[in-house]
Amino acid sequence: MSTVDTALANPVDIAYLVTGVLFILGLRYLSSPKTAVLGNRLSAIGMLIAVVATLTQGIVNWIVIAAALIVGAVIGIVSARQVKMTAMPQMVAAFNGAGGGAAALVAAGELLKYVNSGTAITYDVAFTSVLSAVIGALSFAGSIVAFLKLQELMTGRPITYPGQQVVNGLILLVILVSWGLVVAGVQPVLEWFWIALGCALVLGVLFVLPIGGADMPVVISLLNSFTGLAAASTGFVLGNNVLIISGALVGASGTLLTVLMGKAMNRSITNVLFGAFGAVKPGGAAAGATGGHNVRSVSADDVAAMLAYANEVIVVPGYGMAVAQAQHSIRELADQLEKKGVEVKYAIHPVAGRMPGHMNVLLAEANVPYDSLYDMDDINPEFERADVALVVGANDVTNPAAREDKNSPIYGMPILNVDKANNVVVLKRSMASGFAGIDNPLYDDPKTVMLFGDAKKSIDGVVAGVKAL
Amino acid sequence: MISAHLLAELTVFILAVFVGFEVISKVPTTLHTPLMSATNAIHGIVLVGAILVAGTADTPYAGIGGSVVGFFLVLLASLNVFGGYTVTERMLEMFRPKKPAPKLPAEGGR
Repeated sequence: MSTVDTALANPVDIAYLVTGVLFILGLRYLSSPKTAVLGNRLSAIGMLIAVVATLTQGIVNWIVIAAALIVGAVIGIVSARQVKMTAMPQMVAAFNGAGGGAAALVAAGELLKYVNSGTAITYDVAFTSVLSAVIGALSFAGSIVAFLKLQELMTGRPITYPGQQVVNGLILLVILVSWGLVVAGVQPVLEWFWIALGCALVLGVLFVLPIGGADMPVVISLLNSFTGLAAASTGFVLGNNVLIISGALVGASGTLLTVLMGKAMNRSITNVLFGAFGAVKPGGAAAGATGGHNVRSVSADDVAAMLAYANEVIVVPGYGMAVAQAQHSIRELADQLEKKGVEVKYAIHPVAGRMPGHMNVLLAEANVPYDSLYDMDDINPEFERADVALVVGANDVTNPAAREDKNSPIYGMPILNVDKANNVVVLKRSMASGFAGIDNPLYDDPKTVMLFGDAKKSIDGVVAGVKAL
Repeated sequence: MISAHLLAELTVFILAVFVGFEVISKVPTTLHTPLMSATNAIHGIVLVGAILVAGTADTPYAGIGGSVVGFFLVLLASLNVFGGYTVTERMLEMFRPKKPAPKLPAEGGR
């Protein structure tokens, strides 16, 4: 370390530094909805700078690069414009998978360069190229399965089979061994590399299969973090700081969100990933219809009267709102109620929906101002003062058993204290149990009334009722 | 032992992780979906790696078969970048405060 390196820096590296700074600033501006759009644009400018700078680096395959850039841009922009807000989780999963797949192929290409030119592969290049290939492939395959589940092209229920953990463990072992062989330079290096990559693809599929739909917020965050780390790792392979910085930022973000989601469910990440939560338990009385329940079912007009004469109403949205696309109807209901002097607030559970912040983005789409949306900790003391809590397609996150019943599988999960409100209206398709397959004693509460049916149609009925009053 | 080069890169990586945690922990929960989508776009930076690997004269993705792989590689990364930024922009434009006098939301403190 005694020699001072006085060689001038490559201007491209200066451009990359600017990109890194713009990415950090972009994320910094996401700390408020007011500056967030600016943040995203700064980040996009950073990306543009990096890409343009890279194009000056002795590119010869212009046709391939240009064609791929353009086709990718067209597909990316068109699909991003047209996707429905309710389909956002699968969109994010798809883009995430694309990034992961690209990272794996970059690592493979770089290793191939070494092998083709006969240059000795250094330990760190060997180590990090396998790392990016493995994490990238894992993220690619896992994201595809997550996409299929979210798009409901396959069941959202956990898919389990005997010996699942053993199989996954063995595949992981094969990956680790081949990784070690690549690093040790044992011939044939390339073949070991492909084995590691192939196994990672399989593991990515197998690892997401047993994870249920309701745990998707955790999975999506985790896969996001994986792709970030894969990108950072390709930065080590290529000796490229902008990849290292950006990948580290994304990895940190994904990890933080994963931990937050786990906390919001009071479950460890390992439990989420390996617990197959929400699997249909054999022999479990999945009580159909109103099996064993003593619930009060009411009409939309009854609910309309209840809401219109309230002082304060708290809306509790859940995945059912997303499925029924009921966010616009809810907004209309809130408008009608506010005209009558009713105060309307929204209570958002951190894991409501299929990705972090899912409910917020849907309500924002329906023009609900973001300052009417309250986090769990802020709204929970408020329920006691509320005349009506209106639960739209949320179940487990409102289940008082999580607070009171030590034997409940969700005991200890922080919930929205809906049962503290003076009246509770639950909009639900049927009495089928929630995702976790657990009974919700809220429905038996004498304060609770149920309005059965599709959430959007039910709300539209209530809106008509309120208007008629 | 670890090379000076690798150590320098690790330094950058570790510091960036800390910056990441620091910056992201200030993002309010209401913006968590756009955050995911924004970071999603940022890891599209592998596009830089993709162009470097598939575009230079010494690319291993040469010939017809190789070009297909190279094309697919840059396509994936490009999809990630353009799709990621577009969808984030679309989402963020929807977030609006209450109608007339927007007051600062009481969030962010954790």
